[in-house]
Amino acid sequence: MKRSLRPLAATAVIFIIAYALAVLQFPNMLSTRVLGNFLTDNAFLGIAAVGMTFVIISGGIDLSVGAVIGFTGVLIAVLTTWLGIHPLVAFAIALGVAALFGAAMGFTIHYLQVPSFIVTLAGMFLARGGASIITQDSVPIKHEFYATLGDLMIRLPGGGRLSFIGMLMIVVFLGGALLAHRTKFGSYVYALGGNSVSASLMGVPVARTTVQIYMLSSTLAALAGIVFSLYTSAGYPLAAVGVELDAISAVVIGGTLLTGGYGFVLGTFVGVMLLGLVQTYIIFDGTLSSWWTKIVIGVLLFLFIVLQRVIFAASAPGEKSPEKV
Amino acid sequence: MADGQYVLEARGVIKIFGSQTALDSVDFGLRRGEVHALLGENGAGKSTLIKILTGAYQPDGGQVLVDGQPVTLDNPLHAQTHGIGTVYQEVNLLPNRSVAENLYLGHQPTRFGLVDHRKMERDARVLLTRYGLDLDPGSELGSHSVAVQQIVAIARAVQLSGKVLILDEPTASLDRNEVERLFEVIGDLKRAGLAIIFITHFLDQVFAIADRVTVLRNGKLVETQVLDALSRTDVVRLMLGKDIAFSGATDLEPENPTTDVLLQFSGYGRKNGVAPFDLTIHKGEVIGVAGLLGSGRTEMARIMFGADPADQGSLRVNDKPASVRNTTDAISLGFGFCPEDRKAEGILGDLSVRENIIIALQGKLGWFKALNRDEQLEIAGRFGESMDIRAASLDMPVKLLSGGNQQKVILSRWLATDPAFLILDEPTRGIDVGAHAEIVRTINRLRDDGMAMVVISSELDEVVAYSSRIVVMRDREMVAELRGKNINPGVIVQAIANNPDEATP
Repeated sequence: MKRSLRPLAATAVIFIIAYALAVLQFPNMLSTRVLGNFLTDNAFLGIAAVGMTFVIISGGIDLSVGAVIGFTGVLIAVLTTWLGIHPLVAFAIALGVAALFGAAMGFTIHYLQVPSFIVTLAGMFLARGGASIITQDSVPIKHEFYATLGDLMIRLPGGGRLSFIGMLMIVVFLGGALLAHRTKFGSYVYALGGNSVSASLMGVPVARTTVQIYMLSSTLAALAGIVFSLYTSAGYPLAAVGVELDAISAVVIGGTLLTGGYGFVLGTFVGVMLLGLVQTYIIFDGTLSSWWTKIVIGVLLFLFIVLQRVIFAASAPGEKSPEKV
Repeated sequence: MADGQYVLEARGVIKIFGSQTALDSVDFGLRRGEVHALLGENGAGKSTLIKILTGAYQPDGGQVLVDGQPVTLDNPLHAQTHGIGTVYQEVNLLPNRSVAENLYLGHQPTRFGLVDHRKMERDARVLLTRYGLDLDPGSELGSHSVAVQQIVAIARAVQLSGKVLILDEPTASLDRNEVERLFEVIGDLKRAGLAIIFITHFLDQVFAIADRVTVLRNGKLVETQVLDALSRTDVVRLMLGKDIAFSGATDLEPENPTTDVLLQFSGYGRKNGVAPFDLTIHKGEVIGVAGLLGSGRTEMARIMFGADPADQGSLRVNDKPASVRNTTDAISLGFGFCPEDRKAEGILGDLSVRENIIIALQGKLGWFKALNRDEQLEIAGRFGESMDIRAASLDMPVKLLSGGNQQKVILSRWLATDPAFLILDEPTRGIDVGAHAEIVRTINRLRDDGMAMVVISSELDEVVAYSSRIVVMRDREMVAELRGKNINPGVIVQAIANNPDEATP
């Protein structure tokens, strides 16, 4: 097996074992209802994590994701509830604003040679602050279009429901996987994460790709914000605080190397599901504090970082037994 | 295209960096189907010329011509569209991606807008077979040896450019078999009509594969010659610029009755560094180290000082066994080391002259015996005076000083620790003539005071002037030890050039 697949395989195995153990304790967890809710409850996180996967594979980080989700929610709420604009138009505006925002961050990162950590940290404060200036309070969204989207779902056998936002997340994951593994853009993203100097010498359009990566991440964060507003039917400037960290955790647990160059979009899906499983288990148990979610995620994250170190240090590039030439 | 016409040509190319002329109207012509070696010591202008030919730099004067037509090469990618491809010493590929993707990145075959992995790997397999590589194109590049990666890089460059191939020290990290394998590939490409520029520090390899050779020195063209007409010694002479009557090596003189032995290195070496060497150093002796760039001079110094610790052999200091596993060991044994790259490894640019001078002494004293400011000033002042360091104040940042004064600061730093053995790597590089003479005087004075020194230098006249013995390095091996009458530039050049196992060309 390719070594880059090993962390992903480990995640999948852990997910299956953990799920099996959970089902042994709470047989109800094995139902389409729980599975459907898995997807619905984690849709916004999953969508944001797809963008984060691209950023991390390229060797960067995007800390602005949670703030962009919060900003988008507020923007949409204000546009629809206060100004009476149709939600679809509001969605388009929000996605456009986020794309420009991401492009600006990408420009800064590439042309001013500022680490992505700093730039997106500034972006995080900007977006969060911007949202708080528009409104301090939670703005409810009441529009029949929201109700329509809320009712849009596929009924699964066994009482489960695959909601619109759950399906949207799956579509984003599939699209992301296609983009990462089957397009030139995808190969450029991996190239940047491998070695940006080599990449530019090999003709990768580094500037364009960098800008596109952060545009993609911010746009998907805005889409996650739309999903979040559908999920909560409100816009709140302090919504989704810290989601960027959950997204990073999901990406890393899903087998993407934090230093860039290796990773899978579908691995992130498994990562998100594993996080969702932990949460669901704690809800089922009922006696545990919800902070246990954080502790378990912390332990998992630590395990996976150690695992990646071990796997990648054991066979460092070029040091493997040189074959005959 | 006429046979004599150049595929790629530089005419009177000039490149100026600040006040320094890196290339002074250099002419260079490359023919179809030849391997053209480009030689020169560090700073000779090789890499500047290559960067102009690949579009990384723009010339300040002169022209670059492709197929006889003047062109402006904006960047390496633009040069690629003119058929000029480059492979660098550090393999500039992506170890995290598959071999096939490394071959075709940016030019992947697509189907319905999506990358067609299957076709790409099929094409890659066909291409690799032509280079004699039988490997899975889907495998990660980083899992293969450097030699394979190097060949993949060549395959990519040839595939994308296909007229001129520039190989910038491609063999630096390859072993002997891998080099041979690479040479077969180069030979095939040459027969296929490619024009190849080959840059290396290894003369053997030049003679093994090149048809013509161009030697640069100090930014000037020295000569372009058909290699058949040249001997190894001629080439070294062209590179070092020594027009010396050759006296030929005489028999070894009987060993001078010298003073006590200070250091005995026996079988000392490091894997992938320097082949094991034996060297005995007496008190009050200066050992000059000569050799071309990349011959292992600096590596030897670093091994002696423990910067890259030896992994074989033994060392005796004052006839007692000792071991140098790191630089702290070396300093406590009374060693000192002035590295070649002053800016990167020597001075602490933002610290003051005073701090730069006392830092090694402080390191030797250890954590708890801090020198107070008065002591520091006293020490720094003493050396500032005796070494004639010209600084407005001992508290000014050392990076503001001239190269020569910086070198004196570093020298003072080690002298403050009262060393028994000092290693100087290119102590006179890049400093003006006056300071140069002073450094040489200091070396002589220290020797008379009984200090043992190893001095590495490319300036043969200089090495000859102060050395009591000279060791010659070639291909990371100590190949000769010269004393007495043999200490003259002629013999040194021959020792550098000669290859005991040379039977060919």
